[in-house]
Amino acid sequence: MNFFGAERFFGPKRLWRGIHVPEHKEQTAHLPIRRLPFPPLLIVPLSQHAGKPAKAIVHEGQEVVRGEPIAEADGLMSVPMHAPATGRVERIAPAPSAKGELTPAIYIRPYPGASQEVLYGAEQNIDQMTPAQVVAAVQATGVVGLGGAAFPTHVKLKVPEGKKIDTVVVNGCECEPYLTTDHRVMVEYPRQVLHGARIAMRAVGADRAVVGVEDNKPDALAALRAANGDRPGILIEAVAAKYPQGAEKMLVKVLLGREIPSGGLPADVGLAVFNVATLAQIGELLPHRQGLIERVVTIAGPAVRKPGNYLIPLGTPLRWALEQAGCTDQAVSVVLGGPMMGAAVGSFDIPLTKGVTGVLVLAKGGANGEAHVFPCIHCAACVNVCPLQLDPSHLGLLARKDRYEEMETVYHLNDCFECGCCSYVCPAHIPLVQYFRVAKQMNRERKARS
Amino acid sequence: MSGTTIIEVRTSPHLHGPMTVETIMRHVIYALLPIAAFFSWHFGLSAALLLAVTTAGCVLAEHTACRLSGKRSTVNDYSAAITGLLLGLTLPPGLPLWMAVVGCLVAILPGKLLFGGLGSNVFNPALVGRAFLQAAFPVAVTNYTPGLAANRFVEFIPSTWAVPLMKPAPLNDWLAKVAVDGFTGATPLAMQKFDHIYSELGPLLWGLGPGSLPGCLILLCGAYLVARGMMDWRITASMIAGAAATGGIFHLVNPALYPDPVWVVFTGGLLLGATFMATDPVASPVTPRGMWIYGLLMGVLTVLIRNLGGLPEGVMYAILFGNALSPLIDRLTPPRPYGARKAQVPQ
Repeated sequence: MNFFGAERFFGPKRLWRGIHVPEHKEQTAHLPIRRLPFPPLLIVPLSQHAGKPAKAIVHEGQEVVRGEPIAEADGLMSVPMHAPATGRVERIAPAPSAKGELTPAIYIRPYPGASQEVLYGAEQNIDQMTPAQVVAAVQATGVVGLGGAAFPTHVKLKVPEGKKIDTVVVNGCECEPYLTTDHRVMVEYPRQVLHGARIAMRAVGADRAVVGVEDNKPDALAALRAANGDRPGILIEAVAAKYPQGAEKMLVKVLLGREIPSGGLPADVGLAVFNVATLAQIGELLPHRQGLIERVVTIAGPAVRKPGNYLIPLGTPLRWALEQAGCTDQAVSVVLGGPMMGAAVGSFDIPLTKGVTGVLVLAKGGANGEAHVFPCIHCAACVNVCPLQLDPSHLGLLARKDRYEEMETVYHLNDCFECGCCSYVCPAHIPLVQYFRVAKQMNRERKARS
Repeated sequence: MSGTTIIEVRTSPHLHGPMTVETIMRHVIYALLPIAAFFSWHFGLSAALLLAVTTAGCVLAEHTACRLSGKRSTVNDYSAAITGLLLGLTLPPGLPLWMAVVGCLVAILPGKLLFGGLGSNVFNPALVGRAFLQAAFPVAVTNYTPGLAANRFVEFIPSTWAVPLMKPAPLNDWLAKVAVDGFTGATPLAMQKFDHIYSELGPLLWGLGPGSLPGCLILLCGAYLVARGMMDWRITASMIAGAAATGGIFHLVNPALYPDPVWVVFTGGLLLGATFMATDPVASPVTPRGMWIYGLLMGVLTVLIRNLGGLPEGVMYAILFGNALSPLIDRLTPPRPYGARKAQVPQ
């Protein structure tokens, strides 16, 4: 890893392309994780993850205990849901979601004065479990990728047929501006992160794990190193902060020099990649056979009164969370996730789900205001920053001409993961990422028709 | 959060960097100003007036053309002003002003707006104007007057005020009055090519030769833009490297006939072309490999035209040729996307 102290000369490993974005993390990075009180009504959608929605196993009017399963996984590509609070199931009905569509959800009205303590669950000894049993136990916790993708974690722990995984990569980069949830989790729960990493190593049969943490979080690095001590197997490595290093493809390349093939999985290069918050939840929940009922969300942005890192019960309505944190009258737009890849919401009545890393309240006159769009001047700024080494300049020009098919077949459109670097640097303010989203959608629709 | 709250829904990314087209263009003008100032100081009133006329000519031509075609004027992106400044810097200071105006019209109208304006032009507009002038008025465009003339801040070079479409009065009387010793009106490149007389390198570095601009100052101004992230150094570097390498080969083969690489780089318009014209983003490739190929190609072509062609200077045609090839270069040098190579499977 570190030949002859090379790091001392060249600094930590760094991403080649990508951009330096103002971090804005100082707003919340030092604030300890705090709990939000239960809202008057929790809305727990049955689909908070990528894959098949869960199946409700409670009925209206039923009493549920905090931590008790309320929906079961529907097949392998699905996870169960657990009751975030002790209370009564008010109804099972469609609820608005961040994507704008209505999805079925379980409405739970918590009892007044319901305890935050989780009494549900039972001890289990992981050391005596086979990898397959670990995978099943992880599925039972309902944990999904908490870095934002919400991909069921147990699916990643199940090694595909014919593949061998030699290293577990733990993603502690959190390169999105404003977000500090992973940062606080690493500082406050380093033992859980490392325990989760060992469980993942056990499940995939890897004998080492590499934790990549950006060097703008020295306290997180120190906490993890102190928690690990000199136990072998887990290497904690600092990488130079740069966006989008927290993207799985980028981190794997920076840490280990391996490139995940286009359209492939980390398993294709012998790796399994997990977010630190995901592993912390596994490390915390699995030994007690508990379920995922809350997560850390950074509520920040220029128009927030009380920014912070909040431990919120899953299913908390966005409106409640924003009322607790408070918004100034400058608020103009609310984004779920980070400012680079997060989606602006159209309604405050949506519940916060497993994949929500942050809630940003942006102010009027921010950087995303109306800007005059110039024609492309071929300055190549986008080509120089694209972390996937695509050619956003030509992709953008083709999109303007509706040549969507050529974008996919010749210019690798589908490799783009919409990190936003090209749009960020474009001096002409061309909404490149939006063009690419439209192009992908048009291609999907065309394929669906034929 | 009470009552009706209006929220804006935009797509990601919700942040934008500080760079805009207008800022980049403005800083290119800042970077050109020291060179323009030197040009004016070196050649006096006529040079200053020439730059003012070309800049104003290009801006007015673009503004008028936009208005006549019923569109919003695009002069506030500063690109027309850059074209004007660059065109002026490539012309001899004593060029009749009416010719300069013709150059502006050709640069802006067919050179830029006909293709669709900023971002769509195939060739660098300033060089289109310059190439037209070279073809239309070959004598006037290569006729350099001496710099540092004693009365340069008091008196215009007579040819500046030549009447349009009339044969300009000969400059002999004025030249005799200025009386700069040993001045022939030829540029160092022309003297080297046709008479095998080498000008000294020293003055050329500081731009004191008759037909050249200060190489060191140009590089410094280019470095300013590179430091601000507004110019791609790869094109400049590869063009200079291509010219130096080709010049070096010629020099090794026949040192008596062909100049050494340093001389090659610091004479003529090579540095101005490599720094401010070849790097015109609109007409150059966007792929990293493409930029190197493009620059090298133009450097090699410049020296080939100088050493083997009929003209003393080849920067202009080399860049125009490179401009024409740049879409093709882009097509042939797509960047290798992440993950495109065969998967590395650990043992």
